[in-house]
Amino acid sequence: MNFSEVFKQSNQLCRVSPDGKYLATCVQYRLVVRDINTLQILHLYTCLDQIVHMEWSSDSLFILCAMYKRGLVQVWSLEQPDWHCKIDEGSIGLVSSRWSPDGRHILNTTEFHLRVTVWSLCTKAVSYIKYPKACQKGIDFSRDGCYMALAERRDCKDYVSVFVCDDWHLLRHFETETQDLAGLEWSPNGCVLAVWDSCLEYKVLLYSLDGRLLSTYSAYEWSLGVKALTWSPSSQFLAIGSYDEKVRILNHITWKKITEFEHPATINSPKAVVYKEVERKPVVANDDLSLHNITMSSTVFNTQSKYEICPPPVQFPVVKPDPDRANPKIGVSTLAFSSDSRYLATKNDSIASVVWVWDMQRMSLEAVLEQTSAVRCFQWDPRRPRLALCTGNTKLYLWSPTGCVSVQVPAEGGFQVQSLSWHSSGDSLMLLGKEQLCLCYMDTDQEDK
Amino acid sequence: MPESSLEIKDISGSSFKCGTSPMRQFSQSSLLPLRVHRNSYMLSAFCTEDNMQECLSHINQEVSALGLRPVWTESGGSSELNVVAVLNSMYDLIQLHRKGLRTLEDMEVEQLKSSSNVDFLQLTNTRLKEQLELSKRENTGLLERERQLQLKVKSLQNCLKNEKEEVQKLQNIISSRAIQYNHDMKRKEREFNKLKERLNQLLVDKKEKKQAIEVLNYIGRADGRRSLWKTVKTEAKHEEEMYKTLLSDYDNRQRELVLENTELRKVLQQMKRDIVTILSSRKPTPKGEKNEDGIIQVDSEEEEEVFDSSKESIELSCVHAREKLTNSIRLQWRRLKSHVERLDSQASLAQMGERTNVDAIPREAHDEEMNRLKLEIQQCKDFIHTQQQLLQQLSSPCDEETASLLNDCYMLEEKERLKEEWKTLEGQRKNLEKERRNFTEAAIRLSHERKAFEEDRATWLKHQFLNLTPFADPKKPPMSKSKSAFSITEPEASAASTSGNLDKSQSHTTFSTAKCAPVKSPSAADLYRTLRLIPENSTAKPKRRISCVQESSVFRNGDVLVQHKQWNDREDPRSHTPNEEKNSSI
Repeated sequence: MNFSEVFKQSNQLCRVSPDGKYLATCVQYRLVVRDINTLQILHLYTCLDQIVHMEWSSDSLFILCAMYKRGLVQVWSLEQPDWHCKIDEGSIGLVSSRWSPDGRHILNTTEFHLRVTVWSLCTKAVSYIKYPKACQKGIDFSRDGCYMALAERRDCKDYVSVFVCDDWHLLRHFETETQDLAGLEWSPNGCVLAVWDSCLEYKVLLYSLDGRLLSTYSAYEWSLGVKALTWSPSSQFLAIGSYDEKVRILNHITWKKITEFEHPATINSPKAVVYKEVERKPVVANDDLSLHNITMSSTVFNTQSKYEICPPPVQFPVVKPDPDRANPKIGVSTLAFSSDSRYLATKNDSIASVVWVWDMQRMSLEAVLEQTSAVRCFQWDPRRPRLALCTGNTKLYLWSPTGCVSVQVPAEGGFQVQSLSWHSSGDSLMLLGKEQLCLCYMDTDQEDK
Repeated sequence: MPESSLEIKDISGSSFKCGTSPMRQFSQSSLLPLRVHRNSYMLSAFCTEDNMQECLSHINQEVSALGLRPVWTESGGSSELNVVAVLNSMYDLIQLHRKGLRTLEDMEVEQLKSSSNVDFLQLTNTRLKEQLELSKRENTGLLERERQLQLKVKSLQNCLKNEKEEVQKLQNIISSRAIQYNHDMKRKEREFNKLKERLNQLLVDKKEKKQAIEVLNYIGRADGRRSLWKTVKTEAKHEEEMYKTLLSDYDNRQRELVLENTELRKVLQQMKRDIVTILSSRKPTPKGEKNEDGIIQVDSEEEEEVFDSSKESIELSCVHAREKLTNSIRLQWRRLKSHVERLDSQASLAQMGERTNVDAIPREAHDEEMNRLKLEIQQCKDFIHTQQQLLQQLSSPCDEETASLLNDCYMLEEKERLKEEWKTLEGQRKNLEKERRNFTEAAIRLSHERKAFEEDRATWLKHQFLNLTPFADPKKPPMSKSKSAFSITEPEASAASTSGNLDKSQSHTTFSTAKCAPVKSPSAADLYRTLRLIPENSTAKPKRRISCVQESSVFRNGDVLVQHKQWNDREDPRSHTPNEEKNSSI
């Protein structure tokens, strides 16, 4: 495992282009585009203000930089560095900006969700979509980029509009049976739209592409409901994480629950492997103990850590949520399927230092990773069943079915990994610190073993 | 006479009332002076010469009062005492007295008894009184408590009622609030929407800071096409595309389901076949049993029929065939279950029977066996003991006499053994001698023959010499040829054998392609490779097993099917090689 040198970045705005060739980073009001292999600067663009949001177009030819406070969006071209485009939303304001899947339109959401403006870079045409709903996830494009689902609110009722992204033709418009729609998400095959209600009510609705209601699922009533929802890449499973600290898996044929995964504070079953991260002082000469640990030579003051396998029963530290505050820190908030749909990784907010990995074939708990601090971010390798996670310290953690590894990031000045993202090839990993970034290269030959 | 009879009576009385005899003695002893006293009194005071008449009459009165015959009758005018009558009455009196005494004694005893009884009763009475007091007190306590509890229950019921009312009230409040809240929310949302509209309008109307896009030059679409006008045609096209994607999705799903179904059907078929084979294999044995209940037999016939029809259904695989298949499976399953249950019951019965048998046998045989074994053990112990003793005797430095004797014994034994050996050796020597003689005879015969041969050859050579050229030498080549042939064939044979061996080892370990080149002798490297292949083989096995596990898990949750296919494809190179190796080894 190798690490690149450290680069500056701001607002954690670093994105690898969809084709995997370029790395774009934002430093204050500058946009830097580098070659991913050599890390040489290819282009340097200067925006009008500090960049708040940055996004690659799907064809990796354009980069969108949004400055929400000024209501400005600037677009840069990689092929023609002289080409520029500036979209000014004026006094109507701007809260969100994104590319359409074709990379030729930009969708801007105005302040107060007054409307969504669709700007075309081909014809300079503008179209408006009224009544967008301000919610957790109000817009979703299907994976193939053909359709866009938009949550709307009119006359105190929730609606969903399905647009054809090609020419923004309204394909379907239907009312949903929700009290207060919280989000919507296309299945990866683009045929089913999952819609869920706000957390006050546990309700998940499944609509076909043509607007038919396929099924409604509700696990319980009265207490707080859905917290997060995710599709498996194969579209076979729909995993629903809720405030009752459970994940429910629906199947794609009957839309009934297959199983539910609980996230208890104690694990008694000997079937799952519990990896516990153990920190120790670097003074101790170790080697014989570090079975699951690849310790890199690093600064002296960093504590080293390794994983130990704990025999059941294992008790995890639980943080009781404050009952007087809204959005209690309890329940499953993060769910991610591995690229082959074989594993599901989850995190329960009341046990924030633990990541659970579930085997979707056996429908059982595969492994549990207990970290010393709260898990900030985890992401699956897009090619292999390999999970990378970070906890805001100087280490990177990797899990695969064969075992668990903790790696010290050998950057100077205590590079604290706040978030990470895989390169689309799965060979490298981008680590984001507070104002820095670093690339981590996986040993490919080692992986083949 | 009366005295003696009295005594007897007394004795009988005492024997009757053994328990009270001391008391009696006591009463008698106390009564004795009294009587004496009375006698003396009577003598002194009661009757004198003067008042004899009066005394008589008095006595008479008394006696008659007592219901006895009067002692003295005045009929005769004479005041003579009728002695007989007096004596009789005296006797009666004494009798009476005795009786009186006895009853007195009895009464006394009775009194004692009753007094003790009274004591006891009094005691129990007091105790019972105490108990009564206690229970009365308890009762009042309990009553008090009950009253209190009732009060409590009442208060709690009141509380409950209040709470219920409260809950109802609160629920009402909540619902009314929720209604109010929803109403307000809606109102606010409407206002908010109005505001949004208004703001939108204002912002659109506003001139100075409008929305704008500045593009250096337009860029082409990603697909190179120009954007189209929105027409009815495009709309229709969109609809078409949408339905197309939906259809393809349904197609995919159906294909998956069909695949899964066929897999499941295969499993079902296999299961069915297994069940059938199991059932048919057991058929001949319990036939007599079957005849007992005709239902099963009918079932079996039915089953066979269904099975035959289901055989066809594999190919048909339509709805009613599936039904038939499942039905037959169900039937067979039921039969299997009943069979297993019957087996179970049989097994348990057999076990029971065995147990009883086992219990029945040992009572006699067990003890016998035990005794026999004990005896045997004892014998063995004795044997061991004697052996030990002997050993000790041997090991311990015994006296020289016995030592020499023993040595002599050993010497004798040795000698005898040596003699026997000598004899055998002698026999062998004789045999050898005989053989040698044979050999020499053969040699002589051979030499004779050779001589004859030589002569023959000489004549033949002469003949040849006379016939042919003098330079031809046909004698040597055949000899050398045969020799060389022998020398060549030997290494070849050995090489062939070794290569054959190697071939064998190769065919065991390497791929089947190795079979094609068996002539080429393998190098050392080849050998090492083949040797290393063996452990690879063994390590490859678990992988294969894993893939099997995956397959089995797929059947459990059918949803993973497509995914599993992908994995299988990926696993293929790994899972295939061990298979091939196995085939080649077979």
